[in-house]
Amino acid sequence: MDQACKRKQTDNLTMIIPEINNQAYTYRPGELLPELEGHISRGRFERVLRNGDFAVTAELAPPDSTDRNEVFEQAALFDGFVDAINATDGSGANCHMSSVVVCALLSYIGYSPIMQISCRDKNRIAIQGDLLGAGALSICNVLALTGDDVSAGDHPEAKRVFDLDSISLITLIKKIRDEGSFLSGRTITNPPQMFVGTSINPFVPPVESRILQLEKKINAGANFIQTQYCFDMPMLKDFMSKTVDKGLTEKAFFLPGVGALASSRTARWIKNNVPGVHIPDSIFQRLEGAEDQKKEGQKICTELMQEVKEIEGVSGVHIMAYKQEECVAQMVKDSDVLGGRKPWSPKDEY
Amino acid sequence: MYRARLFASRHARAYEVIYNATSPVILSTLRVINKITKGKLDRPITWFEKIIKGFLFDCQMCGNCVLSSTGMACPMNCPKTLRNGPCGGVREDGNCEVKPEMKCVWVEAWSGSAKMKDNLAIQEIQFAVNHTHQGSSAWIRLAKENKQII
Repeated sequence: MDQACKRKQTDNLTMIIPEINNQAYTYRPGELLPELEGHISRGRFERVLRNGDFAVTAELAPPDSTDRNEVFEQAALFDGFVDAINATDGSGANCHMSSVVVCALLSYIGYSPIMQISCRDKNRIAIQGDLLGAGALSICNVLALTGDDVSAGDHPEAKRVFDLDSISLITLIKKIRDEGSFLSGRTITNPPQMFVGTSINPFVPPVESRILQLEKKINAGANFIQTQYCFDMPMLKDFMSKTVDKGLTEKAFFLPGVGALASSRTARWIKNNVPGVHIPDSIFQRLEGAEDQKKEGQKICTELMQEVKEIEGVSGVHIMAYKQEECVAQMVKDSDVLGGRKPWSPKDEY
Repeated sequence: MYRARLFASRHARAYEVIYNATSPVILSTLRVINKITKGKLDRPITWFEKIIKGFLFDCQMCGNCVLSSTGMACPMNCPKTLRNGPCGGVREDGNCEVKPEMKCVWVEAWSGSAKMKDNLAIQEIQFAVNHTHQGSSAWIRLAKENKQII
């Protein structure tokens, strides 16, 4: 595993526009796929899901830098193992490169980025502007989030915006897309065709009402769901069976979130400091009992992926491996959740 | 007042009965007053609403009242002012991510709503607050718009 974890170099990534490729999920950088009936967006991520393939998404941590190569280097770690890349929007209320820009950079290479929008920092005017900009940059997927509170991050003195909440944000994106107008009613000549996602946390109280909340989000227009970290599989299975019973898996694609814990100390820190993360004691016991806690954390993550794949109603998995991005490819490979399928990679294209 | 607010969501059914009984009366009275005084009493009425709802629900006078759809728990008391359900940061004891000493407004709202007869209202999507109504009376606006009080 260690050798595979070495950072790959992307210096040779050329920007020559290649010939258009006729394979199912490929396209020219910065351009959209042809329209397809029954599809909302013209991006690759939606095609993978609608094709019935088990999708893998991974989270990219936007750099604290202006060097775009840092974005490309991180994205290249996922090449050939990930279908879509989430660019976080000020995760944990900490300052990083903007998610719109990270997605624009990724989109130019040809990746399928998922632009996260947090309601914490922008009001409805800024968000609508960003959505149009994202559309112009061929960004096809957006994830509507409430966002962690400012008090969780490195600028606790900042003003919290929360002009919208995640459900209002989904409603807004759907309105822009389907009605072709701003909230004010003013016409948008070429509205962005966004595939809309949102998150759900099945593990925090009131647990029994979370399913109602999910239903509300899907009714508002969510097309896919990426969940918070899932370490408690029995709880996730129970949640998913209720979701299937309600018929919600027919209306949206589900990608439960998994993560790799670096050590039991990290796990303890996450449990105490990151809002809404539920880690059961069995995970702590496994980590503490292991010789190499980091490797054990990755092994747990690999097993979680395999378990997630077996759950009814699940369409994919979302990997959040903060500061362990270089190991995502190996974990996906070890878990064999892709079953031989190779997601689009720029290396095949150039 | 925090304790009165918790009392409201714990007794959401009783509050619902009182609301349903009094709201048509309040609205018709306000319509009559408005017709006679042509809005000259708007300020004292707004002040009165602020005192009453402030005491009972910790009302923030957003002017977009949705109390009957949120189990009698005012969503404006959520630090993120969420109007469609809790965020993912609720603590394991059901308290708020931002204010650990406060019960999550939406934990209150869901339990309040479960006690109410109209327990499906909480499933309606509430679009974001119209901030131009901030500080104004929701009662007067509804009376003028000839809508049911909420």
